[in-house]
Amino acid sequence: MDLFEYQARDLFAKHGVPVLAGEVIDTPEAAREATERLGGKSVVKAQVKVGGRGKAGGVKLAATPDEAVARATDILGMDIKGHTVHKVMIAETAPEILEEYYVSYLLDRTNRTFLAMASVAGGMDIEEVAATTPEKLAKVPVDSNKGVDIVKAREIVALAQFPAEVAEKVAEVLVTLWDTFVAEDALLVEVNPLAKVASGDILALDGKVSLDENADFRQPGHEALEDKAAANPLEAAAKAKGLNYVKLEGEVGIIGNGAGLVMSTLDVVAYAGENHGGVKPANFLDIGGGASAEVMANGLEIILGDPDVKSVFVNVFGGITACDEVANGIVQALELLKSKGEEVTKPLVVRLDGNNAELGRKILSDANHPLVQRVDTMDGAADKAAELAAAK
Amino acid sequence: MAIFLNKDSKVIVQGMTGATGMKHTKLMLGDGTNIVGGVNPRKAGTTVDFDGTEIPVFGTVAEAMKETGANVSVLFVPPAFAKAAVVEAIDAEIPLAVVITEGIAVHDSAAFYAYAVDKGNKTRLIGPNCPGLITPGQSNAGIIPGDITKPGRIGLVSKSGTLTYQMMYELRDLGFSSAVGIGGDPVIGTTHIDALAAFEADPDTDLIVMIGEIGGDAEERAADFIKANVTKPVVGYVAGFTAPEGKTMGHAGAIVSGSSGTAQAKKEALEAAGVKVGKTPTETAKLARAILAG
Repeated sequence: MDLFEYQARDLFAKHGVPVLAGEVIDTPEAAREATERLGGKSVVKAQVKVGGRGKAGGVKLAATPDEAVARATDILGMDIKGHTVHKVMIAETAPEILEEYYVSYLLDRTNRTFLAMASVAGGMDIEEVAATTPEKLAKVPVDSNKGVDIVKAREIVALAQFPAEVAEKVAEVLVTLWDTFVAEDALLVEVNPLAKVASGDILALDGKVSLDENADFRQPGHEALEDKAAANPLEAAAKAKGLNYVKLEGEVGIIGNGAGLVMSTLDVVAYAGENHGGVKPANFLDIGGGASAEVMANGLEIILGDPDVKSVFVNVFGGITACDEVANGIVQALELLKSKGEEVTKPLVVRLDGNNAELGRKILSDANHPLVQRVDTMDGAADKAAELAAAK
Repeated sequence: MAIFLNKDSKVIVQGMTGATGMKHTKLMLGDGTNIVGGVNPRKAGTTVDFDGTEIPVFGTVAEAMKETGANVSVLFVPPAFAKAAVVEAIDAEIPLAVVITEGIAVHDSAAFYAYAVDKGNKTRLIGPNCPGLITPGQSNAGIIPGDITKPGRIGLVSKSGTLTYQMMYELRDLGFSSAVGIGGDPVIGTTHIDALAAFEADPDTDLIVMIGEIGGDAEERAADFIKANVTKPVVGYVAGFTAPEGKTMGHAGAIVSGSSGTAQAKKEALEAAGVKVGKTPTETAKLARAILAG
């Protein structure tokens, strides 16, 4: 889960990373009081989860509370690279910036370790720095069981060739930033720019944080950081039911068991769609292992509630779960939906293979639901589902 | 022969007494796995009956190994306790630990992976978030259904559980030497490369099927490894061509970040290494069949 800048700022402050004061608001008028609290001037910063907002006009100085209201009026509702601005941060104005640096910690999947990255060339896109002047970006592996203490932090600072007069202060920031990374179960913490200001202080002026949702069980505070308003309503409804769902842009609704098989199903449907007017998968939905009738019904309800869906492909490989149970689940799910007054009106193509497939297929045949068709191979069923979606 | 697991493997189950552990211990026993014990400090000294087979419960992995000679542990421990359980297995120096648990925090998996390395890699980790591995007709350590296929000469390594089952089913008449599900998390123990190297060295494997998916660069690195080190034919499949950028597709590690981790890049890397890559699982199985038919 990626956070907004103001949320990152709050987490940094909580763990001792030096930041400027700031608060988030969602109406222009609130900018006045927030700016007054900061002594009468502020920076108005659009809160969007995309880079380049400064260039897009999403960051403006306000010399008075009135000006802050005017700037907030301009920025709220603005579109930045497809992201609508719903919130702005009213931040303390930074003292004169002398230098801009970069520091981050992230997961290095390739080497299965954490990585510290640091550069004296901050304030710009770090991928550009890495591509054009890689010698200016130090990458230092961090053993997750040893972490970053002041000694390790000094090593990182030395490798990144920070000037002597800031080295110790940057090292201290690196220690607190590591504390943030670990304590919050983050996948990424990034400060860009980390600024040296006229007073000689080092300040985190902007930051990015991405959190690991697998750690939610020990991070009770993280749920509140979720941007529920921005979630697709179907994705939000699926999440509330504990379903693993991603909305896509096509017409063929997909239900399957197991993440890999569902990803594969999307691809197979997209290939099949090439022969049927270019129809595409409408979603990713993994109902997991033991798919009970209730889970199947929940899944079908989400898919059928998507106005873009014209046909549905249920692709199940019975592993531990037997196909007769899955078939019963589908039949019961259709009855359950009917009893809730949500009768199915879109054609369903069902492919069952694996454990007890014959029995499962027989159950579907016997139920003889007018909208349910059985196709016994994955590629054949994908083709049928695409054909039905294209015909609608 | 087969890889990592065979009829002589003595298996213990960490988390055996939980609901999932009970269910799958029973299934593993049914597949002929030599299960010699469970581990649960609160139930040490008791036994659990599985249709007439009494399995003793030990307080620690070390004790179970000492008493039974166990050399494989399968873990069904909930995410919150998984790190401690894996660390215990590593401390006991059990040669193979298969971590089935899904939903382990990355800071935990990175920590136990680093710990295993620090301890001299005496414990091979498989997973987490994986279906485990099976050597049909000999032993099953995990949740892969034991009745899909029979012993044969195809080796399979896959990030995905259900695609493992699908591929075993597609080629069920030919059979498998071993099938290894390595898991779809961002940090995993055993990689495609580890399994490829083991299958290359296994005299009972003639052909290797490798299944990958979006996210990370494990498939690209496996392609480099194949080019340099694998003489046996390899057939590949990659899932996730239609996955949008920045969205996690079920597995925690299955995410395209910017332009990296795409299925297209993985397919191209594998093909450049001489691997035949199928468009669908069925087509991939056909490619494997054609090669074996000579």
